[in-house]
Amino acid sequence: MKKIIYLDHAATTPIDPQVVEAMLPFFSESYGNPSSFHSIGMEAKEAVTHARKSIANILHGHEDEIIFTSGGTESDVLAVTGIPRAHKTVPGTKPHVITSAIEHHAVLEPLMHMQKKEEIELTILPVDRFGMVDPKVVKDALKPSTVLVSIMTANNEIGTIEPIADIGRMILSWRKDNKTPYPLFHTDACQAAGALDINVELSHVDLLTMNGSKIYGPKGVGILFVRRGVKIEPLIRGGGQERNIRSGTENVPAIVGLAKAFDLVQAKREKENARLTVLRDQLTEGLLNIPKSRLNGHPTQRLPNSVNISFLDIEGEAAVLYLDAQGIMASTGSACASSSLDPSHVIIATGLPYEAAHGSIRFTLGHSTTDKDIDRVLEVMPGIVERLRQMSPVNLDMKYYT
Amino acid sequence: MNDQQKIVTNPSTDARQGDIVAPSKDKGWFYTDAVKSHFFHPQNFLEDEAAYKDASLGLVGSPACGDSMKVWLHIEKDANGVERIKEFKWKTFGCASAIASTSMLSVMVTENGGLSLNNALTLRPQDIMERLGGLPARKIHCSVLGDKALRAAINDYFRKTGQHNRIIVEQGRIIDNVVKVTDHDIEEAVLEGADTLEKVQQKTKVGTGDPSCLPEVEQLIRFYKEKYFG
Repeated sequence: MKKIIYLDHAATTPIDPQVVEAMLPFFSESYGNPSSFHSIGMEAKEAVTHARKSIANILHGHEDEIIFTSGGTESDVLAVTGIPRAHKTVPGTKPHVITSAIEHHAVLEPLMHMQKKEEIELTILPVDRFGMVDPKVVKDALKPSTVLVSIMTANNEIGTIEPIADIGRMILSWRKDNKTPYPLFHTDACQAAGALDINVELSHVDLLTMNGSKIYGPKGVGILFVRRGVKIEPLIRGGGQERNIRSGTENVPAIVGLAKAFDLVQAKREKENARLTVLRDQLTEGLLNIPKSRLNGHPTQRLPNSVNISFLDIEGEAAVLYLDAQGIMASTGSACASSSLDPSHVIIATGLPYEAAHGSIRFTLGHSTTDKDIDRVLEVMPGIVERLRQMSPVNLDMKYYT
Repeated sequence: MNDQQKIVTNPSTDARQGDIVAPSKDKGWFYTDAVKSHFFHPQNFLEDEAAYKDASLGLVGSPACGDSMKVWLHIEKDANGVERIKEFKWKTFGCASAIASTSMLSVMVTENGGLSLNNALTLRPQDIMERLGGLPARKIHCSVLGDKALRAAINDYFRKTGQHNRIIVEQGRIIDNVVKVTDHDIEEAVLEGADTLEKVQQKTKVGTGDPSCLPEVEQLIRFYKEKYFG
């Protein structure tokens, strides 16, 4: 059997064996319900409390600010729907929300739905050609009715790291100048949680989304950090768990796994980032040696594991399947891969024309990635691009796409 | 036996409706074995363009909408004077389904001594899908360009041979000029159960080439829905 080279860590990561080990006792030994008063319930409750403390410590937040959810999507939806529904800044106006064109669908879709239902007024900010949000553009969009700003910490498709702390500081001074507690600031940090310092004191965010599946933890679990005193409308009502913000019996093994994974990934973050940055740059440089190719995302302000390249004249899905036949797992955001016919909204937002966006391929590195893997990709990729170009009737002029 | 019967070797309503009926036996492969084989070993794609400069040419789609296809035909008369497709060379920009569909089409029109032009003109995307054992429903649009490119190339042959009376005008009125989708295509899509713009787009790709036609498409969908389903 051919060795599998997994370069799709932004889609999801394998679970770290140490995380599995930490989770195991909570399936059939300490299986209690944390709401029960007996000792086996207390065991589970202690485990959840311990996990909550551990995550809060890393985030520089407080225990009571961590809400466990079913994952990144739920946390995002809870934040962007729960804030506008719980707050009204200017009587007689709709709450105004600001976000960016490159946010994850879990942020954009609920916001666009609420806009359609006339619940909110929505501003979707443009990004520059590297996928960067300009804090000044955010500031210009603020108005008295703005209740929420939601900008991701790092983008999942192109890896661009957003100036979250700058935006956070700008919002703080805007609130001070205008003597208002608004807007609140949310960030989706799912892609960033394994690579960056996720410190809510430094970034001044009021809400933060994070999940297990991108940081070598379990799928189906995430958190929403909600700063003390911030009112939020729940999505799921019921038994009143998670301070009445998110009802439902706690997924104890997953919560324990998430805390362990976050701890592990943050502990080795700097060393791993240094290692991956070297590999990332080797891969980027090697792939850009292929004629008519272009890097998507910021050249330097980019996650250490993220490489997204457009190859002109070919279609991404076809290349991904040829790579798959060689045992290399990569991904594409192009039309044929998603159920819509549109190419990636992120790459289009950076100003790349449709025809070039269709040929984008994402490689995301991780713990298992070695320099041999990178060599292997660089060995097969030129041939795959060459073969698909032979079959393609398209011959675009590179000068329009740089 | 006519050519049309020869083409359909594996009649299956499911395949014609556009869903996978025989997924690959290979673990983890999304498409049927037929799609896989044509994708990894495409048949008849054009390698030497200079050698085909006199061929009849058909072009449809644009890379901006995700699929673009170019077809070169070589047509000859047989002993009975019937015009048959002897060679079908192609280039396709598109995903695995688009590449496999074109490759399969090239085999279908050239096998058994070549398809007669009259039969070639009646080929439908459903015939290609059937031979491929079906495509995932959201990939149907990848197969629709093949028969249009084929008809465009046959028209080019008619022009080159002075048979202007035989040139086939696309049935109905063209709504999207880039992907050459007509009101008739939209009518067929609605009849096959596509009741929203998204579903009609999945079947026809309408509007991906020229989004300005979308309001008209929505009107047509409403019109045909009321006409057929009340």
